[in-house]
Amino acid sequence: MARYVLRRAGQAAVVLLGVSLIVFALMQLVPGDPVRVALGTRFDQETYDALRARAGLDQPLPVQYAQYLGNALTGDLGVSFRSGQPVTASLLERLPATLSLAGVALLIALLIAVPLGLISATRSGKVSDYVATVFSQIGVSIPDFWMAILLIVLFTSTLGWLPPSGYVPFTEDPVDWLAHIVLPAVTVGVVSGSILTRFVRSAVLESMGQEHVRTATAKGLPGSLVLRRHVLRGALVPILTVTGVQLATLLGGVVVVEVIFAWPGLGRLTYDAVAARDYPLMQGAVLMFAAVFLLVNLLVDLLYAALDPRIRY
Amino acid sequence: MSDQASSQAPEAPAAEQRFQTLRAVLANRLAVVGLLVLAALVVAALFGPQLAPYGINAIEVEDRFQSPSLDHLFGTDELGRDVFSRVLVAARVSLQVGAIAVGISLVAGVTLGLVAGFYGGRIDDVVMRVMDMLFAFPAILLAIAILAVLGPGLTNAMIAIGIVYTPIFARICRASVLSVREEVFVRAARSIGASDFRLLRLHILPNVLAPIIVQTSLSLAFAILSEAALSFLGLGVQPPQPSWGRMLFDGRGFIEQAWWMGVFPGLAIFVTVLAFNIVGDAMRDALDPKQRSVIESRGQS
Repeated sequence: MARYVLRRAGQAAVVLLGVSLIVFALMQLVPGDPVRVALGTRFDQETYDALRARAGLDQPLPVQYAQYLGNALTGDLGVSFRSGQPVTASLLERLPATLSLAGVALLIALLIAVPLGLISATRSGKVSDYVATVFSQIGVSIPDFWMAILLIVLFTSTLGWLPPSGYVPFTEDPVDWLAHIVLPAVTVGVVSGSILTRFVRSAVLESMGQEHVRTATAKGLPGSLVLRRHVLRGALVPILTVTGVQLATLLGGVVVVEVIFAWPGLGRLTYDAVAARDYPLMQGAVLMFAAVFLLVNLLVDLLYAALDPRIRY
Repeated sequence: MSDQASSQAPEAPAAEQRFQTLRAVLANRLAVVGLLVLAALVVAALFGPQLAPYGINAIEVEDRFQSPSLDHLFGTDELGRDVFSRVLVAARVSLQVGAIAVGISLVAGVTLGLVAGFYGGRIDDVVMRVMDMLFAFPAILLAIAILAVLGPGLTNAMIAIGIVYTPIFARICRASVLSVREEVFVRAARSIGASDFRLLRLHILPNVLAPIIVQTSLSLAFAILSEAALSFLGLGVQPPQPSWGRMLFDGRGFIEQAWWMGVFPGLAIFVTVLAFNIVGDAMRDALDPKQRSVIESRGQS
């Protein structure tokens, strides 16, 4: 087990290394001089030279990358061109808002997908299956930003129930936090939940066809017990895997939704960094997203053993 | 997979197979509706400017914020432009982005998948690890990062979306190649001295097409959604060219006084993506039911 954990963590580290290389390479393709672009009208030679030297841009590329990587390993992702703040500090400041949004959205997605997928699979071919399929097809096809607009029109402009945008930390006022998080989290959650519904359905259908499930039913166990103890358990591993992979979709949705709801998370930060051509900040934010995704998938892989005793490492 | 692959060996009458697939898709009533919607979209894309009742940039300030009526089916925007005409003409941009972006991913992904799957070993390792790395980014975020580098605009948006969806084609193609390359007909062709290129082009590619065709249809939906999202963020299509995402972006500030500005362009995206998804699903059922889990693993943009 320990060996498996190490190997899996090693693989994730290699992918992350590659990701950092891709992000670094992308930044080299920026036409023109990023520091000059970032300074814009505030350009003066002294600031320019200082920023360039500080970002290590006067060094050859491999040296720059090695330096970037070395610094990143010690938690130093450079300094924002715009604010002059360390990138790491800005990212960590925004991380809780994004994690809370992604967490609540994932919860909503699972609350939609698991019951709907179960109903759909256990009543395969019936009306409820059809309704669930139509729902998931609609959810998969609806643009998240459009849904956000519709929700704002309905719940804010028309009914006046919820605030249109903004963020209140949970520790400050849990009720207000909830009021602000509902619309963005529902937007992201419904889209991800619709995709997950399809997987839950097919995982449950597959699990229901297993021989041990047939045996359990044949020996007279009540349907709900078979479902809980045998079917769901068998379906858990594929559902978990897909949930991990779907996190990329969910995080992508978070980027767009944060912009619409003025949610001060990593997505909004990335968007603002792109708009301001603040490359160090953008580089750090993109890297952070990929790191979160890889970490979650690593955890998912490690959870398998706990869920499915057949899996041995 | 192997059964299916061998049943699709090059000797099989391809025309008959295509006919059977078409019949299976047409038997699905929902898919027929989807195809009709797509046909209407193609007409709008080709003849939009001729069919539109008003010019897309015809500004009539005195007519601004008109609610939907017989004169203006989808109302007018903040400059008095007819929303229906703009939605109609913008179909071209969406389909164009979808087709070109998916074309890029298709060519790049299938080539990489064929090479990785066929040669295996170190080439396979390198190609697929790079694909894994691209997969570690949320799709829209990677597209945003690429556009930040290339600069906003329609062409760059197509390139960005094309790159983002390359790994899924590479993965699907490679997985199919792995099973096909061991088939008897491939070994037979190799034993009579067929070159690698000939093997790939004549024997392997035709037999891995089914899941790729399915993925193409689904990717069109994702690509259109991505373009809309990028344009909505101000990074895709630039004004005055109308695009559904851009129209939502521009209309965002006026939603309270003119709901139609936020509803109709979004509805157009939704209906288009839904139609592609429905047709894609029907094609998958007809062509390649076993590929379900692989294809869905990417989800949407």
